[in-house]
Amino acid sequence: MPSMPERTETSVVVSLDHRPNSWGFGDGQAIPWEYAPAPEARDIVTLKERYGLFIAGRSVPATGGGTFTSIDPSTEQPLADVALAADVDVDKAVRAARRAQRRSWGQLSGRERAKYLFRISRILQERSREFAVLESMDSGKPIKESRDVDVPLAANHFWYYAGWADKLDYAFPGRVAKPLGVAAQIIPWNFPLLMLAWKIAPALAAGNTVVLKPASTTPLSALLFADVCVQADLPPGTVNIITGPGEIGMHLATHPDVDKVAFTGSTEIGKKIGRGVAGSDKALTLELGGKAANIVFDDAPLDQAVEGIVNGIYFNQGEVCCAGSRLLVQESIADTLIDKLKDRLSTIRVGDPLDKNTDVGAINSKAQLEKITELVASGVAEGAELYQPACDLPERGYFFRPTLFTNVAQSHRIAREEVFGPVLSVLTFRTPDEAVEKANNTRYGLSAGIWTDKGSRILEMVSRMQAGVVWANTFNKFDPTSPFGGYKESGFGREGGMHGLHAYVRLEDR
Amino acid sequence: MAAGTNGTSRNGAGPRIEVRKTYKLYIGGAFPRSESGRSYVVSAADGTPLANAVRSSRKDLRDAVRAAHGAFPGWSGKTAMNRGQVLYRVAELMEGRRDQFVAEVAAAEGLREARATEVVDRAIDRWVWYAGWADKITQILGSANPVAAPYFNFTIPEPTGIVGIVAPETSSLLGLVSRLAPPLVAGNTVVLLTSETRPLPAITLTEVFATSDVPGGVVNVLTGRKKELVPVLAAHEDVDGLDVWGVPDDLRVEVEQFAADDIKRLSRRPRGMADARFDWLDDRAAERPEWIAAFLEMKTVWHPIGV
Repeated sequence: MPSMPERTETSVVVSLDHRPNSWGFGDGQAIPWEYAPAPEARDIVTLKERYGLFIAGRSVPATGGGTFTSIDPSTEQPLADVALAADVDVDKAVRAARRAQRRSWGQLSGRERAKYLFRISRILQERSREFAVLESMDSGKPIKESRDVDVPLAANHFWYYAGWADKLDYAFPGRVAKPLGVAAQIIPWNFPLLMLAWKIAPALAAGNTVVLKPASTTPLSALLFADVCVQADLPPGTVNIITGPGEIGMHLATHPDVDKVAFTGSTEIGKKIGRGVAGSDKALTLELGGKAANIVFDDAPLDQAVEGIVNGIYFNQGEVCCAGSRLLVQESIADTLIDKLKDRLSTIRVGDPLDKNTDVGAINSKAQLEKITELVASGVAEGAELYQPACDLPERGYFFRPTLFTNVAQSHRIAREEVFGPVLSVLTFRTPDEAVEKANNTRYGLSAGIWTDKGSRILEMVSRMQAGVVWANTFNKFDPTSPFGGYKESGFGREGGMHGLHAYVRLEDR
Repeated sequence: MAAGTNGTSRNGAGPRIEVRKTYKLYIGGAFPRSESGRSYVVSAADGTPLANAVRSSRKDLRDAVRAAHGAFPGWSGKTAMNRGQVLYRVAELMEGRRDQFVAEVAAAEGLREARATEVVDRAIDRWVWYAGWADKITQILGSANPVAAPYFNFTIPEPTGIVGIVAPETSSLLGLVSRLAPPLVAGNTVVLLTSETRPLPAITLTEVFATSDVPGGVVNVLTGRKKELVPVLAAHEDVDGLDVWGVPDDLRVEVEQFAADDIKRLSRRPRGMADARFDWLDDRAAERPEWIAAFLEMKTVWHPIGV
């Protein structure tokens, strides 16, 4: 694997002399602003030494007693041992889910299901600090984001779908919505608790029971959520959580007694799952990768756009499937915008995820850091121009500097492949047609961004983007009422909103 | 071949010799034969040979996909009301050929005339039902979303793109119409493989398309061997969605695996439902907005309020 080029080897790294101050004015005079550490206390989280699988309402060890360790990617220190599920454990979890679907959860009226989901939402709100800290410890994301985005959105998601549970007749006029049965749900490591909420809330609202497999690097918030289910007195077996590697997920997805498979993750694995369930009559929804274009026209409010671009690609270390990883700038403003962007980059604080001032935390795993490093090296090798602000990185842990590439060609790997890291590729265009052509020139179609002050141009671009979510003069906004999902190889089916219910129901004639 | 005579010859010396129809393919608004020069014999339900149908090749299929690709921007870009009117006109022309369809469906499916008439009438009515959705489905499936922040947020459906349809094997016209109209009304363009054993009513339907206002390339129709063509359709990377209703059971796993390779959207028969058992005359079962939604993509748009 080619290693990350040393910063000193690149001609584009700003020297301290030219370094803008942290206000972003770029006057090159002031001493960079120093921030005192502002760490969030970890003691609100009580980690167990060992976590079991959550099957039929109880924590049980894996058959055979296997475990693996979940680590804190910002320190590389172990956090806890987690049960390594065997195939038979998956079978047990599916059986428990089937039983609950037949006998308890599936027998409840929508009105009663709703009350359980409201309870879950409330408990998540009540324990929000605990969840936020744990999420940042296990995933490496900044506490600012887990506290203000992941956890509140997760609670809101349960809240929103709770209200649907007894109103399904109004979501599907003329039809009767029946649950599909047992749902197998496989989620990624970038938003562990939020993805859990996106999966579990609509499934339960519609009367399904679930077996959920969190990512192997971020199992802890899901296992803490098991505790929420217990606190909420959720009927045992309604939610089951199994932990382990991808093969366990595949075993779950292809299990003969599973009616529905919902997967969020890479397009590559999504295709494998699609092949695995081929011909089986299982309902399937896939939320896969992306390579979003963020398009800035010459009449855009530039300072607002810079904030949107930064939020678009450096939010959650860029480990976001809908990240605005390709910046398309109208040629006439490219130099100005890139200067502003570089200024802004120099104020980004990379470091301890638990520090309340941190903007960019740790990369989720060593493997992901290596992948990012390799792709960035390919960008340099293929001739793109690298820029990274001169910020200090912690000595331990998986960190990567916010990175910006200019002179990027559409054929470069960094313009085609999903990096899933804090790496922005800048391309330029002259006409709206060229912007559309370049934006859509990808196998993905998850999201897009448009920056312009002209309303009619926004609407034209919106209609020409092959993307499931289009942010106009904003980026990376999420809400439980707002459907999310992809065009093309970014997947199919929607999560969120009324549309998110559709993925979990079978419609029968009235 | 089918009774080769009708009426009496003009000179009175025996019966009039019928002018038979050559059943061809329908690709890009034209009626080519297969580039492969192959055909197969199609028989009536009672075993009487009816015609030589074209046995399409993989090349024909690729040509059809190319035609559908070319027609997509124009068709999806029409106003919804215009698309509805164009599709409604198909029903008008079907009505004009009602007797012909009745005769063909009766022969293909072995139905008595009264039953075949009921099937054809229902096919025409169903076309009208689906055509009417063109300018309404957005209002049923779209939404304005009350997000918890100052943003205007709405969701609109858009057509998926090019949809491959493996038409029902038993219901040669009504089943086909019920599966073809939904993706079309959504704004998709289509490559359709007809029933293998009962392809002739579908080809007559293409003559309706050719004389209607449906632009060439919007619907492309191929006849031939499913075993040969369906995997190619399923694996074609320019096909965005696949209706697997008429896929034979022994091909299903392979076909859905191919479809997974480029994340095609699938529309399947109801679970456990055999093709031959589906009651196409049942309006509740076969008139479904969900079948339109199967090949629509939901696009959600955000814009800040006040900044």
